[in-house]
Amino acid sequence: MPDGLFIFFAALTLGAASLLVLSRNAVTSAMGMILALVGVAADFFLLDAYFLGVLQVLVYAGAVMVLFLFVIMLLTDTAESAEGYPWKSAALGLAVFFFLAAGAVWLFVWSGAVPGTAAGATPPELSVNPSVFVTAAKGFGRLLYTKYLLPLEIAGFLLLVALVGVVSLSKDPVDENA
Amino acid sequence: MENTTLAHHLLLAGLLFALGLTGVLVRRNLLVVYMCLELMLTAATLALVAFSRFNRTMDGAIFVFFIITVAAAEVAVGLALIVALYRRRGSVKSDELVTLRD
Repeated sequence: MPDGLFIFFAALTLGAASLLVLSRNAVTSAMGMILALVGVAADFFLLDAYFLGVLQVLVYAGAVMVLFLFVIMLLTDTAESAEGYPWKSAALGLAVFFFLAAGAVWLFVWSGAVPGTAAGATPPELSVNPSVFVTAAKGFGRLLYTKYLLPLEIAGFLLLVALVGVVSLSKDPVDENA
Repeated sequence: MENTTLAHHLLLAGLLFALGLTGVLVRRNLLVVYMCLELMLTAATLALVAFSRFNRTMDGAIFVFFIITVAAAEVAVGLALIVALYRRRGSVKSDELVTLRD
């Protein structure tokens, strides 16, 4: 049996994700998404990845979801759900969910492909070997500026490209066609 | 954390991914579909962090760092596309955007 904190946050995450999928109101879906992301961040903390947990809350649950909420409130009309319930796609989705969930349970629990070893001792805060799992954010910086320097540069360039792309996409289409 | 094994974290990630894919298939609002896509991405990062922690290497965690960066850029561009689509077509429902099919 896993420990109580993991069960609590796993249940919170799955419940919030179900709210995201099932709610007919887009704003409620966004709230479920935020809760699910916070639950995943808590699981990062349980996995001793503190820096990634903080990053998840700041970037995902904070910035990205604020962007989503802005666009949802800008675009979604509140008087929806007048048409009939999409039973056909709901049945398809339920079938896909049970297929995937059964596959995950079989693969990770019953097949014995994943070793049942515990995580072991708490990882060190810092280590001489840069590729060993450490909890301090310094471990990230050390690898990002040595082994992963080129991917870091590409990620920075990608952010610039995204910035320019968003600006050009957000221009008024009427002006472009004139 | 003594009794929580790798399989528990992977199971949580797998169920989250299944929920996300279900949402992508079932929902009609493009914004909710996009959020479900992000949920699938997050499930994958959870599996990566779990593998990284249990194998005691830093590489998976660094990979997740890059995934978060790319996801932030991707969300900005995707939402700009959805807003542009709405301004041109007046709808964000996937069953009303069927010009190519009809």
